[in-house]
Amino acid sequence: MLSFTLNGRSHCCPDPAPGVTVLALLRETLRACGSKEGCASGDCGACTVAIGVQHEDGVHYESANACITPAQQLTGCHLVTVEGLARGARLHPVQQAMVDHHASQCGFCTPGIVMSLFCLYHDARIRKIDDHAIDTALEGNLCRCTGYRPIRDAARAMRAVEWPLEPPETPPAAPHDSGGGWHCPADLAALRGALAEHPEARLIAGGTDLMLESTLGLVDFETVIDLSRIAELGRIEAQPDGWWIGAGVRYARLEPLLDEHYPDFAALLARLGSRQIRNRATLAGNLANASPIGDTPPVLLALDARVLIDGADGEREMALTDFFIDYRRTALAAGEFLRAVWLPRPAPGQHLRVHKLSRRPADDITAVLLALRYRLDDAGHLHEVRLACGGMSPKPQRAPTCEALLEGQRLAAETLEAACAALAEDYSPIDDVRGSRDYRLNAAANLLRRHALQLYQPQATIRLEEIDACAS
Amino acid sequence: MRQLIQPPSRDNSCASQTDPERAAPHDSASGHVTGSARYIDDLIEPQGLLHLAVAISPHAHARITAMTLDAARHAPGVAAVLTAADIPGHNEVGAVYPGDPLLADGEVRYVGQPIVAVLADSQRHARQAAARVEIEFETLPASLDPLKAIAEGLTVRPAHSQRRAHDEPSLERGRAFTENVQESGDLDAELAAAPHLLEGRQFIGGQEHFYLEGQIALAEPWEDDGIRVLTSSQHPSEVQKIVAEVLGLPLHAIVAEVRRMGGGFGGKESQAAALGALAALGVQATGRAVKYRMPRAIDMQGTGKRHPFHNRWRVGFDDSGLLRGGDIELIGDCGYSPDLSEGVVDRAMFHADNAYYLGHARVTGHRAMTHTASNTAFRGFGGPQGMMPIEAAMEDIARHLGMDPLDVRKRNLYRPGRDTTHYGQRVAPPLIETIIEQLETSSDYRARRRAITAFNAESPVVKRGLALTPVKFGISFTAQHLNQAGALVQLYTDGSVLLNHGGTEMGQGLHTRVCQIAARELGLPLSRVRISATRTDKVPNTSPTAASSGADLNGMAVFEAVTTLATRLFDFAAEHYGVARDSLTLADEKLLGKGLEIGWDELLRQAYLARVSLSATGFYATPEIHYDRDSGRGQPFYYYAWGAAVSEVALDTLTGEHRLLRVDILHDVGDSLNEAIDRGQIEGGFVQGLGWLTSESLARNDAGRLLSDGPATYKIPTCNDIPQDFRVALLTGHPNSKATIYRSKAVGEPPLMLAISVWAALRDALASLGDYRFSVALDTPATPERLLTAATAARRRRAAGEAAPQTSPTEVSK
Repeated sequence: MLSFTLNGRSHCCPDPAPGVTVLALLRETLRACGSKEGCASGDCGACTVAIGVQHEDGVHYESANACITPAQQLTGCHLVTVEGLARGARLHPVQQAMVDHHASQCGFCTPGIVMSLFCLYHDARIRKIDDHAIDTALEGNLCRCTGYRPIRDAARAMRAVEWPLEPPETPPAAPHDSGGGWHCPADLAALRGALAEHPEARLIAGGTDLMLESTLGLVDFETVIDLSRIAELGRIEAQPDGWWIGAGVRYARLEPLLDEHYPDFAALLARLGSRQIRNRATLAGNLANASPIGDTPPVLLALDARVLIDGADGEREMALTDFFIDYRRTALAAGEFLRAVWLPRPAPGQHLRVHKLSRRPADDITAVLLALRYRLDDAGHLHEVRLACGGMSPKPQRAPTCEALLEGQRLAAETLEAACAALAEDYSPIDDVRGSRDYRLNAAANLLRRHALQLYQPQATIRLEEIDACAS
Repeated sequence: MRQLIQPPSRDNSCASQTDPERAAPHDSASGHVTGSARYIDDLIEPQGLLHLAVAISPHAHARITAMTLDAARHAPGVAAVLTAADIPGHNEVGAVYPGDPLLADGEVRYVGQPIVAVLADSQRHARQAAARVEIEFETLPASLDPLKAIAEGLTVRPAHSQRRAHDEPSLERGRAFTENVQESGDLDAELAAAPHLLEGRQFIGGQEHFYLEGQIALAEPWEDDGIRVLTSSQHPSEVQKIVAEVLGLPLHAIVAEVRRMGGGFGGKESQAAALGALAALGVQATGRAVKYRMPRAIDMQGTGKRHPFHNRWRVGFDDSGLLRGGDIELIGDCGYSPDLSEGVVDRAMFHADNAYYLGHARVTGHRAMTHTASNTAFRGFGGPQGMMPIEAAMEDIARHLGMDPLDVRKRNLYRPGRDTTHYGQRVAPPLIETIIEQLETSSDYRARRRAITAFNAESPVVKRGLALTPVKFGISFTAQHLNQAGALVQLYTDGSVLLNHGGTEMGQGLHTRVCQIAARELGLPLSRVRISATRTDKVPNTSPTAASSGADLNGMAVFEAVTTLATRLFDFAAEHYGVARDSLTLADEKLLGKGLEIGWDELLRQAYLARVSLSATGFYATPEIHYDRDSGRGQPFYYYAWGAAVSEVALDTLTGEHRLLRVDILHDVGDSLNEAIDRGQIEGGFVQGLGWLTSESLARNDAGRLLSDGPATYKIPTCNDIPQDFRVALLTGHPNSKATIYRSKAVGEPPLMLAISVWAALRDALASLGDYRFSVALDTPATPERLLTAATAARRRRAAGEAAPQTSPTEVSK
């Protein structure tokens, strides 16, 4: 049985098949049709629901795309949908603000927007609702009618009304494993056992990529092993020289750590997917995918990250450079899993610069990404240079020719131009839906030129984020 | 007689808790925010409902040589598999001209074209089974380049021209031109005689509607072998007609019904009909209800978009920037069939002048056939694409003469004496000078221009751009017969009012406005007026809700119906209560007269008992409009709506990324029916136009397959993309000079084109790379890639110190 809390009331239902999403459960089984399907791929936000999890500092209400969240992962959670907000005829402050500010037109995206704002309103971690918080909360919710201004106004106004939440019922404990092919090991030993028993099983953490095979590709998964309940995988283990980030750690939990230690990486993370996606997806998933357009691999390559691989035959550790074998292929053997990612602590004098280019600033996949790490000496020379690009090669990889040219040098004109030219030796990008080969090479070289400008002419304004309209 | 009930108090129909009525909220606002407003896929499903999915063409152009359906028929859950051979009536769903088969028969003409329909017990089963349909093809040469198509004579409709000699100020003196007459020699002579002549070309990309609710229809068996179709369509009468024709049934056997759409934007004007027809075909084949909801990728691949355009122009002008003549050629990429393309390209032609007096003009529209989904209506209906060449030309002229583009624009605006369009309609009154004057001041254009020029001189990478662009948009369907509407208004004995009209609600607030009109005329609060689904058996033979005309047409029809009812009530009351007929008014839920005050509910009860009809229809047809296609002249529009916008951008010239820093809009809605809804249309239209011109890129591979077929690859604006500083104002003090409902103006489409100011501001930023001495071509959407390419070209051209080859515009050597 699947046991969870739905809008405050405990709820049990027969185990859904592994590919069944929260949205399918709501709309098709429970006929609760307030949550809408706009894309079935986690890109539009019309299906957004809130998943409440009790933490020490209170309940965290996390927005999630119901269309790609497996229903099985609801076990023990409090699921809040748009139907669960109003009390009789009294609208929740989020809803009332949306009405008062004319923030719905066709109304189809509205339930998802209401739920994203509900999370912003109630999440115990969010102290201040400023414009940045509003835009971050809403970046994964597409609206085609309003132009967003009234929605932002509603978000600014909603906290004016207090709305304490009543504690939800606790869902009944129900046996929950192997139901229809869904395996949910509780620890690493159980995971190793499940993998040995089902070597063909698909591993799932956040499921933000895997579930697309079901919703878009219509694949019926036979066996899925869920990593999300394994405590060891959910830890960030701090050590003097870095952190082991467990394979179950979601991006949202990485944000404070990156904010503190790697601001450029944090800024990149803020542009990776949407709030909903970062609430579910994991760093390890991004690596295990080995996608050429994954956002984190180039950064982690530039940081000399390592991975810990585990399996029936024991564990092994390797440099991330060795982990990526080919297009969407990794060094993971059958029966193995990625257990943790080693993120080194920044060394004194070390700089990490990351720049991502995409057609749209928020929630868009990379066309070109450049990550550059180096240590700068007093004479302005670069040392320990690491450079890696995304979107430029079939697998995530560093740029050895370019790195060699930069090592020990100033980014002065001649060196810089040679390094820019070397990018075309290190990479042969292709034309695709996100950009042409020429654009990618030209843009990647310009990103390097940009870094040189930032380094040696810091007084020049080159960041769009720092520019305001001319005052009148 | 049965007892008449008391009115229950309710406030959730058209009610507003926050009235001021001029800002009444959307009639479904509460339903939207609670999730209780139902769309077709949310309705309780009829027992035994089947779900439909289609097997589609993987080829742009091919002959079908064999089909094997057994694997699909035997797939889990499958109830039926249908092909073109199963269609009893016409295999045709074309809106205006034939050419759109419901299911491909023998030949496929675009990737995504439906060939086989599969009915199963769930959508997933239907889709999985559709993937098991085996079809063999013999591929044929595909037309995928509209320019080549025009050169080869591959069109969906013939070309059409509008011409006007320079000295021909008014319609009365209009002369008929036919194709290929010597008058084109006059134009060439005029252009040759102008002190300056520039020419250019541009590509304007298409746009996916991306309505959040994908296309959907649900058909179910109805009485007497009839069929009821719930459709997400802007044009239920057309759904009714096409279902009837496909099934070989009379129109009265089919009911089409629309309560609300999750967005339409033109994408559900003609192209929703095929879904209704397929679902109805399934009903006829199985006797069970059938739902067809398109998954997003099927929707994006299989339905038409905004037409991409290839535009070319030549403009002659004097030293002050004043146009002497213009030759504008518009090539619309129509896709494989006519659909609505004749009208779309016509409207592009009607807007080739935008807000400017062109002088001696020739505008030609071509309708290229390509093997892609048939392009269709999209907010603006060709108007936006048609305005782009003249807006590009204004900037090119300014750079050529070393002027601010705003001054060139102002120089060429329609004004008294220069107020007749190239198709012979007088533009009266041209409000645009007033609007631009106000906006130029309120946006502080000149001071910001100076600040930007100074900033750009010092900033090596980031360049700012600023532009003010006008919009003039003609209101009316260019197909004259569509400018009509009907309404049905019913008063019940408890005093509640039920409205129906021919328009559909897709989020634009039409129902709210129409309820406001009825409430105002009957002296009632909005809470007493309810609107129910648009149904073809309530109000027949309706026009699509399109061309921004929904409130103009249906509002007037409702006004007529309500006026009829009020007249009846006044006639009754005058006699019944013995008061002077002309002293009677309806206000504050009362009938008021000399010495008389009767409650609304009581009035209706008495009227009912006296056997007064409490139900009335209303009808409206727009007066004055006409257009003669042979001569290319007439008065196709009842009036024009106006607006202007100032946009400021910052462009990173090393990456092509940009930010929209500030936008000021001043827009003309006449006397507003509902200021909140009007503002919502202006802001929403602007942001949709912003997406069209900057981020929304339709990518196809060489075989004609759409690669950007979902929101992961097709990027509409998010809340992060809207202007950081967004100032929107309605023009006040200028009620519509035509007798529209309460002197309001249509507002659905015109604001989309305000976003042209963003594109112009980006060009302005690019022009700074050449010290504003030359203009930089910028096709759309102006993605970071296009902007970087343009910036790189501009830098090279400046470095070379001479005119770059192949970048428009170029001064034509004389």
